Amino acid sequence: MISFLQFFILVPLAGFIISVLIPGKQETLLSRVTFSAVGINFLAFIAYAIWWLIEGHVPLNFKDIVLFQSTGYEFYIDFYFDKITAVYMFVGAFLTLMVTVYSRYYLHRERGYKRFFNTILFFYMGYNITIFSGNLETLFIGWEILGISSFLLIAFYRDRYLPVKNAFKVFSIYRIGDVGLILAMWMMHHLWHSNITFQQLNTAELVHEHLQSHTFIGVFISLMILVTAAAKSAQLPFSSWLPRAMEGPTPSSAIFYGSLSVHLGVFLLLRTFPFWENQLSVRILIGVLGLLTAFVATGIARVQSSVKSQIAYSSISQIGLIFIEVAAGFEKLALIHFAGNAFLRTYQLLVSPSVVSYLIREQFYNFVPRQHTIEDSIPRKIQYTFYMLSLKEWNLESFIYKLWRPLKKTGRQMNFMTLKNAMVFFVITYAIGVICLFNEDKIPSQIHPYLPTLFSLVGFIMVLKSYTERKNVYLAWALILMNHFWVTLAISFNEHFKYDQTLLYLSGIILAGIVGFLCLSRLKSFEKDVDLNQFHGHAYEHPKIAFMFLLACLGLTGFPITPTFIGEDLIFSHIREDQAALAFFTASSFIIDGISVIRIYARIFLGPHVKTYHESAYKSS
Amino acid sequence: MKSQHSSFDEHEVIHELKHYLPAQAPLKDFIHHNTLHAFQNRKFTEAIRCASEMFGYKVSLSLAEYRNLYKSKRIRENILTDIIIRKKGKEQLGSWMEKLLTKPYDTSASPRIGQLRSYWKVQYHVNLDSLVHPILFRILCSYLDQGISIWNFPVHTSGFLSSLRELERNSFTSFFRTEKIRTLFLNNHIELESLLKTLVGDESLYAQYLYDQQFAHQGWSGMVSAIEDQPQTLLDTKSISLKELIILELLLEIDALNYKFGENWSPLGTKLEQRPVDLFAPVPETELDEVMTIWQDAFEWSYYDEVLAGIKMQKLSGKKAETKSFQAMFCIDDRECSIRRYLEKTDPTCETFGTPGFFGVEFYYKPEQGKFYTKLCPAPVTPKYLIKEEGAMEKRKKDAHLSKHSHSLFRGWLVSQTLGFWSAFRLFVNIFSPSMTPATASSFKHMDRFSKLTIENKNTGDRENDLQIGFTVEEMTNRVEALLKSIGLVKDFAPLVYIVGHGSSSVNNPHYSAYDCGACSGRPGSVNARVACFMANHKDVRAELGKRGIAIPETTQFLGGLHDTTRDEIAFYDEDELSPANKQNHKRHEEVFRKALDYNAKERSRRFESIRTDQSPARIHEKILRRSVSLFEPRPELNHATNALCIVGSRELTKHLFLDRRSFMNSYDYKIDPDGGLLVNIMKPLGPVCGGINLEYFFSRVDNQKLGAGTKLPHNVMGLFGVANGIDGDLRPGLPSQMIEVHDPVRLLIIVEHFPEVVLKTIQSVDAMYEWFINEWVHLVAMNPETHELFYFRDGAFTPYKPQQERVEEVADVVPVLEKHMDNLPVYLIK
Repeated sequence: MISFLQFFILVPLAGFIISVLIPGKQETLLSRVTFSAVGINFLAFIAYAIWWLIEGHVPLNFKDIVLFQSTGYEFYIDFYFDKITAVYMFVGAFLTLMVTVYSRYYLHRERGYKRFFNTILFFYMGYNITIFSGNLETLFIGWEILGISSFLLIAFYRDRYLPVKNAFKVFSIYRIGDVGLILAMWMMHHLWHSNITFQQLNTAELVHEHLQSHTFIGVFISLMILVTAAAKSAQLPFSSWLPRAMEGPTPSSAIFYGSLSVHLGVFLLLRTFPFWENQLSVRILIGVLGLLTAFVATGIARVQSSVKSQIAYSSISQIGLIFIEVAAGFEKLALIHFAGNAFLRTYQLLVSPSVVSYLIREQFYNFVPRQHTIEDSIPRKIQYTFYMLSLKEWNLESFIYKLWRPLKKTGRQMNFMTLKNAMVFFVITYAIGVICLFNEDKIPSQIHPYLPTLFSLVGFIMVLKSYTERKNVYLAWALILMNHFWVTLAISFNEHFKYDQTLLYLSGIILAGIVGFLCLSRLKSFEKDVDLNQFHGHAYEHPKIAFMFLLACLGLTGFPITPTFIGEDLIFSHIREDQAALAFFTASSFIIDGISVIRIYARIFLGPHVKTYHESAYKSS
Repeated sequence: MKSQHSSFDEHEVIHELKHYLPAQAPLKDFIHHNTLHAFQNRKFTEAIRCASEMFGYKVSLSLAEYRNLYKSKRIRENILTDIIIRKKGKEQLGSWMEKLLTKPYDTSASPRIGQLRSYWKVQYHVNLDSLVHPILFRILCSYLDQGISIWNFPVHTSGFLSSLRELERNSFTSFFRTEKIRTLFLNNHIELESLLKTLVGDESLYAQYLYDQQFAHQGWSGMVSAIEDQPQTLLDTKSISLKELIILELLLEIDALNYKFGENWSPLGTKLEQRPVDLFAPVPETELDEVMTIWQDAFEWSYYDEVLAGIKMQKLSGKKAETKSFQAMFCIDDRECSIRRYLEKTDPTCETFGTPGFFGVEFYYKPEQGKFYTKLCPAPVTPKYLIKEEGAMEKRKKDAHLSKHSHSLFRGWLVSQTLGFWSAFRLFVNIFSPSMTPATASSFKHMDRFSKLTIENKNTGDRENDLQIGFTVEEMTNRVEALLKSIGLVKDFAPLVYIVGHGSSSVNNPHYSAYDCGACSGRPGSVNARVACFMANHKDVRAELGKRGIAIPETTQFLGGLHDTTRDEIAFYDEDELSPANKQNHKRHEEVFRKALDYNAKERSRRFESIRTDQSPARIHEKILRRSVSLFEPRPELNHATNALCIVGSRELTKHLFLDRRSFMNSYDYKIDPDGGLLVNIMKPLGPVCGGINLEYFFSRVDNQKLGAGTKLPHNVMGLFGVANGIDGDLRPGLPSQMIEVHDPVRLLIIVEHFPEVVLKTIQSVDAMYEWFINEWVHLVAMNPETHELFYFRDGAFTPYKPQQERVEEVADVVPVLEKHMDNLPVYLIK
């Protein structure tokens, strides 16, 4: 029965693939396929859960397939099932099922009906992979799928400006979380000298023994996990993304941003709890972060005058409380709280349009000119200050914006770069780098240790330029490719990185790079207007190219469709724990290149169409 | 209109600007109106051309859509050639046909609006909108909020800016980024012109800059402007003006620039490479414009011609059936068109009438325990009367999910762990077995069925807030007389006369009030129906009426009702007052109503994909009921979609015509009004009400993104008065795509049964009314009631019109046709 766990991933996967193949006009068939996939999954889960409960509900672990193996390194897919999984699965499958039925009618005749159901299944698959994952590597696959499907759902109305802009914002924040996860995985390798499963984490002695001699590493890993969890669960300082994610059709906002997606940060904390259980400082930190978020978000929720942002901030503040519960070790309470909060917010968002007639009727019969609120008892100046701060969301939006500013500035310093001189520079310096690599033994030992860092820095700068490039899309695309080459070169100077591993890593990149170039040049053959200075919305007239290019983008960002994905993990396993700078630049360049790739996709294919003979919305709407 | 604003007159510019902004009131008072009302003083074609060039609106179907309509024969060839020949002459026919059918045109738009302000991006690489809009919208929404937020905007002194100033003055933080602007703001005297001088510099560009700025978020500006003009439209009234909004926005813009560039920027006017085209410069007509006009005319006349042919085929006997089983008055509304047909089919001895659904009684209504008055008459009318409800028994139910408690920290903690699980159950039930909940907006909640109303006034000193409570006998008589005469019901009364208002029910629908009766200011017409019946049943009123020549038999009773157009249900009021004989009659008629409603539901269902129309009427009706309470149903009904006609005349004109619920119908008997005295009052509201509905659908359909509200699926309710996409978007006035997708954008054709000279005199008697016709925002045909000749009104005169089509198809029964088609159907003659 253990191997049955895969079933919960394979059914949504099958549903997803079938739904992609169905023509867009077949609304009924599309919704039926989605409904069946989720429905079968839900029923099978109920049966499975009953069996599991009868069998004494012991946590199950199932090592599925080893995707890559070399000496001292093994990348394998692993599944795990315990009560946390069970609760998340129940809530997730139930809500997804409800929303599938709901959307079948709600989205009738909507352009993008098919896209919607494809994305829902894709999301659901990512969700299941995440909650069933038995190790961080498997979890990361699910995590990446969630990130990209969230982007696609928020930008569902891709021909309007704000959804695309906000989807991009949210993706940027998710990306920070992703890298937290990569870095946590990196350190985990060094801590255990192998990939370990969550089941192993549950063995208290094992964890304790390892952490005793590596307190700093332990705290570092926990912090990275916390960053990832906070970003996903919209805790401080990332909170402002959640209300901005409410751009898609109401049901998708309801289930993903009202309930499932935001609670995955909590899931990560619950999952890794045994790891940081004995780190008191970390537990206090998580609790304080939760408490702070709960207070700030409640304040913001109280002043919201739009119904969806009010629900979003209320949900955030409850998740803050859940963080406290998790930190305090009240696992069961946290699970109950999660389920209740998820159901409540989903339902509230679904009925949110009713609020007009309902509250106006209430107002008509019960109106009191100035409602007395708790805040009236605070001194006026403090009261007004809090009111204004809450209205401004405590400047969280501009805080996030400021985070990127130095990076953008650095990128813009390199405006002299053109496609030509970048290529020349790359070929020459890279050739030197490769020559050095082949003559590694001749490099003075004082210089050698700095080379990996140097090369990764060059790669990082390339990707910064790509991120800020406004004109030449080929340049932006090429720079990302180059970055990956630099990263491999940098890592190659670390001992064990074999050529076959380099090949594994670069194979996906090169393939994706070429597909991307082909898409762009095909698009260029139709359209004059292809730059990065604004949104172009070419998906409107070239949906197929857009889709192919999206695949290329995914490949280039190390999405689990090419071997690069494993390579990414592999690369980090070759960064030694004392190479903080190397890890920093490599991780940062991964964040930025993901963002840069999605930026290219968004600017070229999404947003209001540059051609004005279509009906198009105001930028502000 | 001035084409050059050489010197800036702040007052005049803001006044004009308000005229151009969307005029939609807050959601609860959603009333249809001509979206391009600001252009109504010009001929339709010129007006839409200018609107398009100035503001970038799409104002017609696309060229490809017209060409497809031609290919599918919905635009008829003979109509098209006829129009070309009339406009261009016979010899040009070939070349224009080629232009219309095949010539490629560049249809890209480059509107004038926004050109000036786009220089910020060009010259400074700054996106001012993204720096200013989010905080601006947030402040506005919080200030105007009607009850979403828990912690309201803390200060409400006199006016928007002074409240904001009070807030700023007593705070450690600021909405402004720079201290300089904050100080400027706290100083009370801010001149709009001096801000413009800082920002724009060149005085001749001020006006255009303000247009650019306000049209970058026309939804919010329009809302502010609407609230400024009619503050009572918000129950929790807020004082705000467009000028205050502009001042704040200018300050925020300067603030953003200062923050970004310090002192290193100069006014926009000094940085222009090239002066933008003046917004109000004349708009020349291009060949493409002409092509589009011809297409639109051909599209409209392909339909009109068929309707007129059908009307011409009617054999008008002028004789009415001997004894009537009952008579029923419905609203003029296009949705009542089919229910009347089915009533007459089910009981051929009944007689139906159409008249604006406030039934000639205008008043404010105060439900028991209501804290406010609700206006129940057409929007432009200001009533002097108040009707109060007494003895209401129904309790309003509450829904904890919509209460705000779940949003506070600790109560939220409790709620989410308790109510949260209840939500899961509720969600399940709502999806698999939807039913009426407190969240449903139901027309029957408007008034308690068993309450009493204070209708009669016996002492004119009986007043509340300057309104007279109830009507005196004299006032009642006047109203009943006017109502009966206007529809031509002055003799041959049946024992029972029903007066049936209408409303609608829906859930999850912020636009609910657009579905109710427009003649009752977007409310259900139940109170009006009851009030009108009370008056007509009143003994003294009857006596007075008798003196004025309207003799209503003592046995005749009037009975009020409400037709819910979404659910196809009718509720009747005051049935206890019926005489025993009429109680018997009523019981029989109820059965007729029930059957007609089932059939009506069936006819409506043909537009809904989720319902199979070939099932039995009763079965379909069940599904229709379920649909009206389904959370996930964005189309509870289709409201006025497909409306295209308005027929003023006797029922004989249309009785045997299948008009597919596309026609407003106002009963009128020319014989009792030979010189058109009554016709004036009938025709006066047709433009603003029916024309307004028609044009709102028209423009929301042709440009759903800019003139409509876009798809409603991502809508987020803002402050209970508007909807926006996401959390920091502009408000979206107009109709959502789900309401207009099946609508064919054709202007309203009004057909009046009277002599052309009388009709001409009538429309010319009021300038505002004449504007609608002479500027062609609606079409007008007069039908000579004696010869049945048709006359079309063009350029100030009636000219004879002979339909191209000789006959329309005849069918014995439309039901089989309905079962097969989802699209608009042609006109049929029912044998």
